[in-house]
Amino acid sequence: MSPASFSHPDLPPEQSKALHAAIRLEWITVGVVAGIVVIVGLTAGSSQAMRTAFAEDMLSFLPPLAFLVAVRRARKPPDDKHPYGFHRSVGAGHLVASCALLGMGLWLSIDATLGLLKGDRPPIGVMSIAGFTFWAGWAMIAAMVISSIPPMILGRMKMKLAGPLNDKVLAADADMNKADWSTGLATIAGVTGIGLGLWWADSAAALLVSVSILKDGGTNVRGAVKDLLDSRATTVDGKAPHPLIGDMAAVVHRENWVETTAVRVRDMGHVFHAEVFVVPKDGHDPTMEQVGSLTDQCRNLDWKVRDTVVVPVRYLPDGLTAVGNPVISPR
Amino acid sequence: MAAAALSRQPRARVLASLWFAGILGLVGCSEPAFPRDAEGTLERVISDGVLRVGASENRPWSVVDDDGGVSGTEADILSDYASTLGATVSWSTGAESQLILALAEGDLDVVMGGIRSDSPWSELSALTRPHSGSWGPDGKREDLVFACRLGENALLTNLERFLISEGLEP
Repeated sequence: MSPASFSHPDLPPEQSKALHAAIRLEWITVGVVAGIVVIVGLTAGSSQAMRTAFAEDMLSFLPPLAFLVAVRRARKPPDDKHPYGFHRSVGAGHLVASCALLGMGLWLSIDATLGLLKGDRPPIGVMSIAGFTFWAGWAMIAAMVISSIPPMILGRMKMKLAGPLNDKVLAADADMNKADWSTGLATIAGVTGIGLGLWWADSAAALLVSVSILKDGGTNVRGAVKDLLDSRATTVDGKAPHPLIGDMAAVVHRENWVETTAVRVRDMGHVFHAEVFVVPKDGHDPTMEQVGSLTDQCRNLDWKVRDTVVVPVRYLPDGLTAVGNPVISPR
Repeated sequence: MAAAALSRQPRARVLASLWFAGILGLVGCSEPAFPRDAEGTLERVISDGVLRVGASENRPWSVVDDDGGVSGTEADILSDYASTLGATVSWSTGAESQLILALAEGDLDVVMGGIRSDSPWSELSALTRPHSGSWGPDGKREDLVFACRLGENALLTNLERFLISEGLEP
């Protein structure tokens, strides 16, 4: 195994296919979002909810762009100045995109609250296209219906790829896309409310949408910061410790010279960086071959853990918990 | 996770179809019942037979005589409009800023006086589509509009439909 291979992993066929599909999907997303921004922008008028939906659509450019830039950067092999490679670019992209989300959510929810407090009453007049005259609210509702459907489909397709790729930017983006239909429904409800003479419906709908943006932003900022703080690697949904941590400990415990072990794994974005500390049994100093073979066994568990070092130690480092002998998780 | 997705999908679909049904139902109830006014201005104009218009002098669009009578191009348009609702115009005159405040307070229904479409009054009132064009003091082309009360979308759309049907545009 060449030292450069962990930063530019020759992806297994499944991941390689998933990566290409994800890149294609994200380009499609950029195109679709551009179309949606035009449609929603043209019909937004003076509805607060429509303008909030427009802002959300503008924001949904960020995660796909962050993903595309991050994937480009992460491919670069490590060099003297960047010995750990460029995988953290995924984390940086994630943080930037989620901060933008949080800020926009904050701004929009303040705006909508002020609108409610001041009792803003949005005027919506008529539109006249090619001799047909109709209430402009209908055009807004049609725009929201059209703009809610494609992101929903794209979101579901992306979510399927985020797991195998271990890509949190992709997962966050897919989550946002999947949530788009609720934005659409809230906005339609707001415009319909205006039509029914309920002046507060529009601001209330805008508030609802902005709170959902705020929540998205908060969840993602927390996740991105956690990754940059090198918290324990988790599954891509962030709900459980990554099974590879237990798997490595299990591999170590198969060696008869091992007394105890502790495994430290951080998520670099896409790939992991793992340190396996091994305390040998008394009087069983491991040979170079034993340590080398154990390293290879750990690395071969998964494409994500090519950057793994095995460190024989007398005592486990402070703060690390020894792992018993777990069972390898099914894969 | 798969189970959660499965249980959520049908609910989303039911919700979505309910919404579509609701919207289609609303399309059925066409104007003037939809859109409605927040304060019922259009219904009041029709039932009382009075459209309350504020006019500020701006010749030749809005001309206020010494005896308080109002004439001019815009006055003619709004008088014609009121008669389509079976109403007559009750005129008030004053400075534009005073009239706009009275409009926002609900004491007037429409304000006229050669108001420009890019007027800052759009914060305090709902400007209609332009009914005429004119040359501004800066030598640039400008669109002239009426100002309606914010949130009174039935009156706004009704007046705009009238402007379109009369072929009034810059």
